Amino acid sequence: MATVSLRNLVKKYGQLEVVHSINLEVQDREFIALVGPSGCGKSTSLRMIAGLEDITGGEIRIGDRMVNDLPPRQRNISMVFQSYALYPHMTVAENMGFSLKIAGRSQEEIDTAVAEAARTLSLEELLERRPSQLSGGQRQRVAMGRAIVRQPDVFLFDEPLSNLDAKLRMQMRTEIKKLHAKVQSTVIYVTHDQVEAMTLSDRIVIMRDGHIEQVGTPEEVFQRPETRFVAGFIGSPTMNLREATVDDGRLVFANGDALPLPAAFREKVTAGDKVVFGLRPDDLYPAGHGIHSGEAHDVHTLSVPVSITEPLGNETLVFAEFAGDDWIARMLNPKALQPGETIDLSFDLSQAHLFDASTGKTLRR
Amino acid sequence: MRGWKPAPHVLLLLPAFIVLAAVVVVPLLLSLYSSFTPFRLTRPDSIYTFIGFRNYERILTDKDFWIAFGRTVLLLTFALNLEMVLGLVLALLVEKATRGQRILRTIMMFPMMFSPVLVGFQFKFMFNDNIGIVNNALQSLGLTDQAIPWLIDGQLAFIAILVAEIWSSTAVFAIFILAGLMAMPREPLEAAKVDGCTPLQSFRYVTWPFVMPFAFIAMTIRSLDIARAYDIVKIMTDGGPAGRTEILWTMIARTAYSDARMGLANAMSYIAILLSILFTAMFFRQLAKARQQIGAEW
Repeated sequence: MATVSLRNLVKKYGQLEVVHSINLEVQDREFIALVGPSGCGKSTSLRMIAGLEDITGGEIRIGDRMVNDLPPRQRNISMVFQSYALYPHMTVAENMGFSLKIAGRSQEEIDTAVAEAARTLSLEELLERRPSQLSGGQRQRVAMGRAIVRQPDVFLFDEPLSNLDAKLRMQMRTEIKKLHAKVQSTVIYVTHDQVEAMTLSDRIVIMRDGHIEQVGTPEEVFQRPETRFVAGFIGSPTMNLREATVDDGRLVFANGDALPLPAAFREKVTAGDKVVFGLRPDDLYPAGHGIHSGEAHDVHTLSVPVSITEPLGNETLVFAEFAGDDWIARMLNPKALQPGETIDLSFDLSQAHLFDASTGKTLRR
Repeated sequence: MRGWKPAPHVLLLLPAFIVLAAVVVVPLLLSLYSSFTPFRLTRPDSIYTFIGFRNYERILTDKDFWIAFGRTVLLLTFALNLEMVLGLVLALLVEKATRGQRILRTIMMFPMMFSPVLVGFQFKFMFNDNIGIVNNALQSLGLTDQAIPWLIDGQLAFIAILVAEIWSSTAVFAIFILAGLMAMPREPLEAAKVDGCTPLQSFRYVTWPFVMPFAFIAMTIRSLDIARAYDIVKIMTDGGPAGRTEILWTMIARTAYSDARMGLANAMSYIAILLSILFTAMFFRQLAKARQQIGAEW
């Protein structure tokens, strides 16, 4: 078990810098998720921690050891790959015991460790099979078994669930969470799926274009996104984000439609400021079909036309036209709405976010 | 003929049967039959004299035949093993090249572009004891002041032939193994690194099992090649001097054409072919095993 720290970590391919001096302290036994769109540098960062990519600048420490120049085998880490990366010519048991065999442990010791891991992951029945005879989910479990057998300081997961279908992915997500509760070790988990990041991790690191945008608990990044990018990336459906201009206690959108300036931001902006207004679909609902989280007087209601609806059973996503664009609203206890029908739409402004239009930074603080 | 109407499918298949019979089945049966006769090309009548297994008895008790047989197996063993090791090294080196890999692959295949007869001539000159570049180089380097009789001493001639074989065909192994290396997924290698393997262990436990089937395909092809080796030996030493480099097919060709004893030569050929079949079967079994091991889907 160990901490991991990245200090001013830089990665360049030739002239192209893909990771720009990132800093991160991972606590002992923490489950941390690196999340971001493709090409944001999350996998590269993970591979640098693993030692599969050279480090261009900065340093990586695992525990109190600087590991920059150590080969992967000396870092005492385990990694689970997106494509599982099982050894095709070995049985499940041999795959799981391979690292111990290389380390020169006795066969007895290996068998015990493999049996233990197999029990944890319910792989006992499959020990004599080869990877080609397993399903995707089973292969993924073997890959995890191979990782836990070594009892490493740090587990690294590189998009481990991306190759599974939706249902299996949810199942494996739960298993990973249980596994972490059981094994209690430091985990760094790379994913592009914000739901995985939210559900699994203690803290989330949101990356974009080789920078860290925000580090925080799932609640923090969801409720207090520090940048416009984080606000748009975390949460499903995505937050409604629209540019507006501040004008005498109002926010005026491009087509002239306006909303009152949310109370929390009255001191933070002055007339003429260009801002981005953000409101989650949860805080935007047809009047009477949602719950406001703050004071009742913060709820602002407007009559707007419905464009389309997406019924999900327990709720309906309503696309309503406002400020020249469709806004996504979430309708609880749904009733049927017709496109073109005018409804009263409630904006819970106590939950609104404002970002500086030019820097994308939050105006909350 | 009236009234005899073969079914359409028989009629449609008939041309194929006739062609096959004419070019394969009849010659094969004829040669098999002739191996039971004292057939000589100079006395065509002798093909009608049936002598049973006498040719085979004679071959199987002939010391010279067994020596040629053994030498062929020896050549096969040495050539295959050395070619595999060299081919593997070549393939690993070429695979490491980040630039100019295509051109290296092409260059690697050059030896295969020459006719074995020409390779034989070239090496015959290179190993010539008076004017050959090999002796010349050895003498210039001061390693020897003798004219080493490369193509005259039995063992040295065997080595010279082996060198020519290896030079001309190592590329077969290199290409197949390279294909295997290039088809190999990267992740298991990375997993091995993380699992604690040194580069050597990664090769031993991950890379080698993966390229093994490719090496076995090359082995199968080359074992057939060498088991029927004739041209290079024919040119370089012609089985001589005094039969010191005689291998199966130089012996068979001599018996058939110089001595005109076709019946006896045919009997030898059937025994030689058994050897080829044996090696092919062996390598195919290994190949199947290796393929199953890596769970190959081809």
